[in-house]
This record gives sequence, C-alpha cells and structure tokens, in this order.
Amino acid sequence: MMKTTLLAVILLCCSQLALAELNIQITQGVDNPIPIAVVPFAWEGTGVLSEDIAEVVSNDLQQVGEFLPLSRSNMLSLPKQESEVYFRDWRILAQDYLLVGTISRAPSSQLVQVQYEFFDVNRELKLAGEILTGSVAQVRDIAHEISNVVFEAVTGIRGAFTTQILYVVAENRAPGITQFRLEKSDYDGRRAQVLLESSEPIMSPSWSPDGRQVAYVSFETDLPRIYIQTIATGERRQITNYPNINSSPVWSPDGSKLAMVLSKDGSPDIYVQDLRTNVLTRVTDHPAVETEPSWTNDGRSLVFMSDRTGQPQIYQIELGADSWDVERLTYDCFYCAKGKFLPDGVNLVHVRRQTRQSNTYSIAILNIETLRVITLTNTSLDESPSVAPNGSMIIYATKVNGRGVLDAVSIDGQVKFRLPSTTGDVREPAWSPFFN
Amino acid sequence: MGKQTSSIVKIGLLASLLVLGACRSSGDMDEGDNGDMTDTRPAATTGTGSAPTRLSAEEMAREEALRTRVFYFDFDVSEFRPADRETLTYHARDLANNPNKRIRLEGHADERGTREYNLALGERRANGIRDYLIVNGASRSQIETVSYGEERPARSGTTEEAYQLNRRVEIVER
Repeated sequence: MMKTTLLAVILLCCSQLALAELNIQITQGVDNPIPIAVVPFAWEGTGVLSEDIAEVVSNDLQQVGEFLPLSRSNMLSLPKQESEVYFRDWRILAQDYLLVGTISRAPSSQLVQVQYEFFDVNRELKLAGEILTGSVAQVRDIAHEISNVVFEAVTGIRGAFTTQILYVVAENRAPGITQFRLEKSDYDGRRAQVLLESSEPIMSPSWSPDGRQVAYVSFETDLPRIYIQTIATGERRQITNYPNINSSPVWSPDGSKLAMVLSKDGSPDIYVQDLRTNVLTRVTDHPAVETEPSWTNDGRSLVFMSDRTGQPQIYQIELGADSWDVERLTYDCFYCAKGKFLPDGVNLVHVRRQTRQSNTYSIAILNIETLRVITLTNTSLDESPSVAPNGSMIIYATKVNGRGVLDAVSIDGQVKFRLPSTTGDVREPAWSPFFN
Repeated sequence: MGKQTSSIVKIGLLASLLVLGACRSSGDMDEGDNGDMTDTRPAATTGTGSAPTRLSAEEMAREEALRTRVFYFDFDVSEFRPADRETLTYHARDLANNPNKRIRLEGHADERGTREYNLALGERRANGIRDYLIVNGASRSQIETVSYGEERPARSGTTEEAYQLNRRVEIVER
C-alpha cells in the first residue's frame, strides 16, 4: 500500500514535469511556490502604455518557479501606494508578499517614472521601494528591474531578469536555401534583434564577460572562421584564419583571452589566443578530438571534451600544464560532452547520453565531489546548455516535433519553461552575463 | 584452375555490364544501387586486357564511379564503407590524371550529439576520404576539406532515414 502511494506520487510529479513545458504555472509539491500579489500599476498619464508592468513582473516571477502570483480577478483591492494598503486584505488571500506602484510622466519631459513599493504582508513591512525613470521604450526594462529587486529581496539571490540571450536561427527559405541568423533577445525571448544574417551556417555564439561583444563561428567565407562583433556598433572583425576547423570561441573570465578549437595541426585541439598580443597557445595535443572548451571560474583551467577513449568524455586541464596532464571528470556515461561549471565550481552542467542503448541526449549536472548526477531534462535531443549568471536556471536547445526550440530548466530540475520561438529552427542559446 | 578463374572473371564482367546499363537508364542512383554496383566492380578492374568490350566496361564503370559524389557513413563511424573503396579509387585516379582538377570534400554528421563534436566528426570523415584519395594517386594540393557538422543536413527530420542521409561526405568540384 505504501509502495503504491509512493509510486503514484512519483508518477504525479513526473507527469507535472512533462506538462510544465509550455505552461508557466510550474512547480511540484516539494517546493511550495511563494504567494505574491502584483497589483496592476496605476498609469497616471494620457494615452495607452504598451507594456503592463505588473504583468511583466508576474510573468518573470512565475517563470522561474519560486513564485505563484495571485490572479487579478481575485484581488479585493487595487492599492497603488503604501497609504492604500490594508494588509488584512492580502492575508485573507494568503499572500506573503505585495507589490504596488504607479507610472506617471516625468515632469516636463517625454520620460516616464515608475514608483513601486514592495511589502512583506505577514510582517506588515516595506522591504523595498524607489522611483525608476526611463523612456517609454524602457518600461519593459524597468519592469524586469523591479522583478530583480523582488526576487533578491525574497530569495537572497540576484535576479537575472534584465539579462539577455544569444541564439542562432536557421530558416528554410526555399528547397536547398537556408538563412542563418544570429539573434539576441531578452532572457524571456522578447524583443529579439538580428545581429548577423548569412546564407552560410553560424555557430557557437558566446558573450564577452562585459556583455558588450559576441564571438561566433561563421562559414561566410565557405570555411568556419571565428569573428568578434561589438553589439552596439555592429562592427566586426575576423579573429582566426587557420586551416581546417576554427570553432568554439569562449572568452576567459577576465576577457583577455579566447579559448578555441583549431584542427590546423591535424585533429581538433584546444588553443588559447591572447586578444591583446594575438599570441596563440596550444593547450591540448592529442590525435583524438578535443573540443568544447569552457573556462573554470578562476580562469586557470579549461574543461573540454575528448573522444580519446573512443567515446566523448569530459576532462579538465590547467593552463600551462603538460598536455598529457589532464584530469578526467566523467566516467559513468556512454557520451558526456559540453561540460561547464556552475558558479559554485563544483557542479558540472553537461550533455549526457547514459548508455549506448539509451539513445537520448539530456542535460545533466554532475557534482564532482559527491559524483552525484541529476538529469534535468526528459526530451531526447537536448544540447547546448547555458547557465544564467545567477546560477539559477539553464537554457538549452531541444527538438519538439522536429523543430528546434529553446527550453529553460531550473538547476534542481523542478521548473521548466519554453521560449516562444518565431519561425525556423532555434538553437545554441547563450545566456548573457549581468550587464552591470 | 587458372582457366576457371578467368571464366568467372568474364561472367562477372558481363554481369557488371548489365547492371551498369540498367543503372544508367534508371537515372540517378540511390544508395542501394551504389552498393550493388561496387560489389560487381572488382571483376571489371581486374581485367586490364585490351579487348574492346573490356575497355568499354572499364570506361563505363569509371564514369559511373565518378558520377557518385556522395558517400554515406554508419552512425558514429568516421571510416568510409568498404563498399565505396572502388568508387573512391576511380576518383583518386581521375585526380591523378587531371592535375589541374580541384575538389572540395564536405563532411557532414547527423544531428545527434553536440554540434561541436559533430563538426569534428564531419572533418574526420572528410579527412578519411582525402587520405585515401592521396594514397591512391591524388595530390594533396588538389583537395580542400571542410566540415559542416550537423549544420547542413541533406534531409530534415528526426528519422533514422534522415540521419543516414545526413552522415555523408560530398565531393564538390571547384
């Protein structure tokens, strides 16, 4: 009897996880989401505002899974400032937190100002409040900024709602004709912008640590070559022109170097190019494939994938060490690749195919101290995991009904959301650093 | 014993002639046809005599081989199939006989696994064919290789059939 109940609970959890993808009301019984009331912000100007701040904030908080915003139709009052707040109204509704605010025209300018106040309902305490000013086009940014404040006030973790993502879109225009685009959008997929368009493949976008530049691979010359582009100006330069594969550019944490993969000496190996002196240093030297470099948080070592044992496994090498002096990090999988440490430096996010028979590629986390593995996803062609700068979520590419889409999952595997995609196959997401 | 062998060779030659004729009239070959043909071809190449029929068979086999420009690979395998060896030998000799000819070998992988590793797999496949062509007479300067990894599938979709068609090396004349 006990066993049956337990099984039923497990099945229930799994089915909720599976359903969670498109839907934003996502959590499991284990973690009770925090009830929060986000009251519609009062607009005190003329005309219509294109963004509903309270809705943006609600979506932000719901999307990351820790919060459960109260539906507007259930609110008993719609306060817009502290003097109008009656805490009992919100305690009756079992709300833990309350956000209210107003939007008005800034005096004698085209700017708008948003005043918000954030309360702990049970303690009847104001936790935060300020006035943010910006253009009408920045109202959405202001909303994400408020989400950051709320998220951090409650969880103690810095919010990542003002971050962005890079990704590649491939769209079939006609038989045999594919258009490739490098795009950038808000973390939630909104306000997409095209950074580069090409009839030849674009791969491996990656952010500079200051978030101002992107590096990627473009086949525009008919060969894969690495480019760096400044986002604000669109100015770009070709960084490499070595024979054969030039791929996987990844910035060092201090922004001074670019790790990359070159096969100019026979087989793909890991190299580091100093961006100031252009000096190229070889890191691995092995006849097998070495690829997918990522930096450890201290910038002293590189994690990479090698198939030197016959199958892809993840390794680590310290810069300056002999090329044979590598540490193998994965043992218990048929195919482990694309490793990257979380900000804690202990948990390694990677792509895992458990056995030859399993034939599914999932996003997983390996704790290199306890060797515990958590598989986070249950689709079958998952790849290109990229971690939010606050370490709370991982965005990755998968296939749904034969189409490439981007999904995000919390690092405990409990919360998932899918980014709305426009057209074509979307792949290779890269989550930005914090911009300030 | 020796006589018997040569008569078998002749029969093999005749069979390959018939197969070749059939293939020609039916237009583009698919992978299955390609496999059948390469099985019969060793007979044709062993006969280097001067009889007119033999020459034309050799000629036809050569033309057919040079028309085959896509080579398919098994899953997670970077060596070309033994059945393609004969066809590739014709390509190698063709390059050796035409020193000004330049080709590009484009390696591809199916979409399973990570993109960067697939880029490496595509290169390995292209390099395997390049090395074979060089060993058999082509000059290194005639051949450029490039890997597209999984970025340019021949067939979209997540079926075994699509995957099979996507694991390939294409010979492109430059």
